[in-house]
Amino acid sequence: MKSRMAITALMAALIFFAGYAALFIAPDERTMHEVQRIFYFHLSAWITSFTAFLLVFISNIAYLTTRRIKWDCLGVAAAEVGIACCSIGLITGPLWARPVWGIWWTWDARLTTTFIMWLMYISYLLLRGLLEDPQRRASLSAIFGIFAFLDVPLVYMSNRLWRTQHPQPVILGGEGSGLDPTMAKVLLICVISLFGVMIPVLIDRYRLQVLRHEAEELRFGLEMRSADLRAGTIKAAL
Amino acid sequence: MSTARAAAILLAKELRLEFRTRELLSATVIFALIIVVLFSFAFDPTPTESRRYGPGLLWIAFLFAGSLMLQPSFAREQSNDTLDALRMAPVSSFAILLGKMLANFVFLSLAEMILVPVFAVLYNVSLSGIVSRLVIVFFLGTTGLVVTGTVFSAISAHARMRELLLPLLLLPILAPLLIAAVEATASLFMEQPELDRTWVAFLAGFDIVFLTASWLLCDFLVEE
Repeated sequence: MKSRMAITALMAALIFFAGYAALFIAPDERTMHEVQRIFYFHLSAWITSFTAFLLVFISNIAYLTTRRIKWDCLGVAAAEVGIACCSIGLITGPLWARPVWGIWWTWDARLTTTFIMWLMYISYLLLRGLLEDPQRRASLSAIFGIFAFLDVPLVYMSNRLWRTQHPQPVILGGEGSGLDPTMAKVLLICVISLFGVMIPVLIDRYRLQVLRHEAEELRFGLEMRSADLRAGTIKAAL
Repeated sequence: MSTARAAAILLAKELRLEFRTRELLSATVIFALIIVVLFSFAFDPTPTESRRYGPGLLWIAFLFAGSLMLQPSFAREQSNDTLDALRMAPVSSFAILLGKMLANFVFLSLAEMILVPVFAVLYNVSLSGIVSRLVIVFFLGTTGLVVTGTVFSAISAHARMRELLLPLLLLPILAPLLIAAVEATASLFMEQPELDRTWVAFLAGFDIVFLTASWLLCDFLVEE
């Protein structure tokens, strides 16, 4: 309990510092000025959400090869965290785009891909809610998760070929790209702090999922026993 | 028994079942036709506009019709408990999946063959000279739709609210297929029709990716 409090306090401090750094330490951007400061959280949210979705994909494959239920639990936890981070990216994006591009939303490759990805992982959670048998739920949703992840590069490519407006990658984007060193440091702090929030939440959701699974098994066992008892009583009566 | 032979036998069984009643096929055609008609009420397109929006409309109609049509593919086996019989048969699970995919491909292609000429008449699009190239686009597009759709039909067959679930799972995944198929079809509906090879290659890539994935994952899909 004490360590939980400590982690929560640390997370809060980290996020607070990251927000401070993004607002006051990072230098002013030449053309976009203050609005650009949302970038530090926008990109960090995208990095964490993509990491989470990658984790879903890995745990889906791991579940199908090992059949250990803990991989299934990890897959759900990662999908939930990924959707949360993806939502941050999808909300901060339009807030930034409106003053800079003059529009809230455009059907550009990266925007569309993120949006479709968000929809697919919501479907993933929805599917899990509608499948009742735990074993079957784990393997069928793993198959869907793998299909969904394979689809992500295809969505990106198709939109890329079609049309694109989002800025070229700033980091590792070839010639003329690259961040101011202070900006890069602030970005790093933001990425670390978002991971700092994401990982404890992920672990918490994972534990919850494991407990849920255990409760499900116990309930199932109990039902079987009471059914047996009833059958026994009937037999005795006969 | 070889996979191809087993799949062929399953295909024959599916076709026999369907052509006894033709329920699925007629429902699919009528549903897609309704979308085409409603679209013209909603947007009242001029001849140039129908050239521009036609391909999109056509593929939206097929995607929606497909997501409804593919649903019974496994759900029917599920409700009659015949999937267990299929599982017990000495055939690979990929053969079961492939047989279903082929059958669905036949149904959807038939629906398209009926619907595309009707669409051409209603929207004043000339098909002369582009039929063979149109067949390539529709072949690749339908394959992608049927491959993913059949797999998802097997997934959703076990779920509650399965009728509603299949479109929710299927339609987002098909977003790239929709873009590619619409763009390829649009390139043929132009004044000077010329098949856009990039999109044809993209469609082929989509088919290959998901066909390979279903081949790799089919054992988990059909298992008890």
